[in-house]
Amino acid sequence: MDHVIAALSGVFFTAAIYLLLSRALIRMLLGMVLLGNAVNLLILVAGRLGRIVPPIALDGARAPLAEAANPLPQALILTAIVIGFAMFAFLLVLAYRAYQSLEADDTDRMRITEPRGGPQPPMSY
Amino acid sequence: MSGAMQDFATHPGDWLVILPVVLALLGGAVLLMLREARAAQFWLALGTVAVIFVSDIALALRVSETGPVAMTMGRWLPPFGISFVADLTGAVFALAAAGVTLLLLVYLRMDMPDRARRDGVYPLILLLLAGVSGSFLTGDLFNLYVWFEVMLIASFGLMVLGGRNIQLDGTIKYGFLNFLATTFFLAALGLLYGTLGTLNMADIVGRAAEASPAVLASIAALLLLAFGMKAAAFPVNAWLPASYHAPPPAISALMAGLLTKVGVYALLRALVMLLPASRDLLAPVLALVAIGTLILGPLGAIAETNLRRALGFLVIGGIGATIAGVALGNAAGLAGSATYVLHAMLTITGLYLVAGLLEALTGETDTRRMGGIYAVASLPSVLFFVLMLAVAGVPPFLGFWPKLLLVQGGIEGWGFGRDGWALALWIAVLGNALLTLIAVSRLWAHIFWRPGHEAATTEAPNPDLKPLAPRVRRLGLGTAGVLTLVVLLLGVWPEPLLGFGREAAAGLLQPANYVAATGLAGAAP
Repeated sequence: MDHVIAALSGVFFTAAIYLLLSRALIRMLLGMVLLGNAVNLLILVAGRLGRIVPPIALDGARAPLAEAANPLPQALILTAIVIGFAMFAFLLVLAYRAYQSLEADDTDRMRITEPRGGPQPPMSY
Repeated sequence: MSGAMQDFATHPGDWLVILPVVLALLGGAVLLMLREARAAQFWLALGTVAVIFVSDIALALRVSETGPVAMTMGRWLPPFGISFVADLTGAVFALAAAGVTLLLLVYLRMDMPDRARRDGVYPLILLLLAGVSGSFLTGDLFNLYVWFEVMLIASFGLMVLGGRNIQLDGTIKYGFLNFLATTFFLAALGLLYGTLGTLNMADIVGRAAEASPAVLASIAALLLLAFGMKAAAFPVNAWLPASYHAPPPAISALMAGLLTKVGVYALLRALVMLLPASRDLLAPVLALVAIGTLILGPLGAIAETNLRRALGFLVIGGIGATIAGVALGNAAGLAGSATYVLHAMLTITGLYLVAGLLEALTGETDTRRMGGIYAVASLPSVLFFVLMLAVAGVPPFLGFWPKLLLVQGGIEGWGFGRDGWALALWIAVLGNALLTLIAVSRLWAHIFWRPGHEAATTEAPNPDLKPLAPRVRRLGLGTAGVLTLVVLLLGVWPEPLLGFGREAAAGLLQPANYVAATGLAGAAP
């Protein structure tokens, strides 16, 4: 089980890096989403995968009955998903707005902050 | 298992640890609710940050008296509960961040367009401060990730506020690359949790010593990439000069003052305190990164004609100096890093504030078309002159002392171990000081000294200069003046700064007190 999830995480990483190397903003955004999910899977595997017993101790008991799932990675991933989703939503709106205003979704054509053929270094002094 | 729960009340003084963060978050929430009451927003924000500043002072005093202070949330003791721990490094950095934010709020009154105020610049600044303070004070790596993201989303908002095309362009580059960096950080956290089974910093200190250094070094390398991206270190620094000059000057100043420094702080905390064995393995990489950043930063500033873009390259050069301290890894080098972060927070913010005044004076952002300001407005010229000497590290000013410590660290490293990297870092720190001096003195000559525009054949003064409005004079020059005064005072009376550096380095190298404060000493299962 661990190996399958780990390999899946690897596939996600690969696809994410491929997409992030693109110049189109939408592809890069999709790459970010994939990367986030690859990391989430990574945290899940890094915790522990086991038989599905909820990590709840019964009343009076000091430990769960059987080997339980590790709750901490799940809590971490939950937080990371929420944060990642917020970031994704913001960047999506930003990319759309930039597409409208700058009429470009290609990062090579977004050169307002760093104009192509910009000014030469100052020559005096 | 009863040992896992906290069965005593938290000491009232310990609440100081979390007060800066709670106040900033609460203030942000209240300001969001009061978004219609525009007149009250500024005063509320100013009051909140003032109270945060005072509580940071109290925290720093308490920490310097009793050593690190810890507080754990939700009665679960570490390593289960999330801790907030303030040692001297974190407390003083948080104090400096609150102080800089306080001044910037006043400065912001000077030129913020009404539209930005309507869109909520004050709540965003408070959220940014919450993220920065949280990063400095947290004692849990995953919690650090969360504060990074709080800081990030607030800075996205601030950077794009106003929505001009140049801001959209800058924010896209800033946003994508910083989000990428925090995702790498999260990946490193997953691997670290898988290896050590804990994310509490004090707990990691104990367990990392027993784990395989090779595995930890690969995780540390990932952390170095993530924090290096956040701090704009050499090979991954391209986002900073592409974005920091896009928003209005006050916002640039806030970001330049606070954001990259958090990356450096995380680097100090993670590599020096938590994973020292991995830092030793990565020392050559760190040294290469530091040397590249030290040399390329000021070179960029020399080649740049846009004023705030040039300052952005100076920010990068400063980051190189702080990473040089991490690469040296001895007490003097780390003291140099810690004091340099403080110095950069104050000095760089001051430079951006003066740059904002110059842009108001000339209506230009390009240094080729500024010029002749010295004859019209002598006070900004003097402020810029002091700050430029401070950033280059000329003796009586603030920047000299951190660089002196770094140079001392380089000599020690070379003298004790015949460590070639230490020698190279020593040379690079000196080279950085020289190149920075060239860059800033040329900026000064272009902006203030030269009578008119570049390539103007007459000696006539620049006709485009507009005198500053009285309000701008009062608020802008006032805040920049206060900041310059602090830089000046700390420069001529460096004893507190050097004392802080020594204590901070000792705390990072010997985290026993830090671990004890969280209640983990000898409690390992």
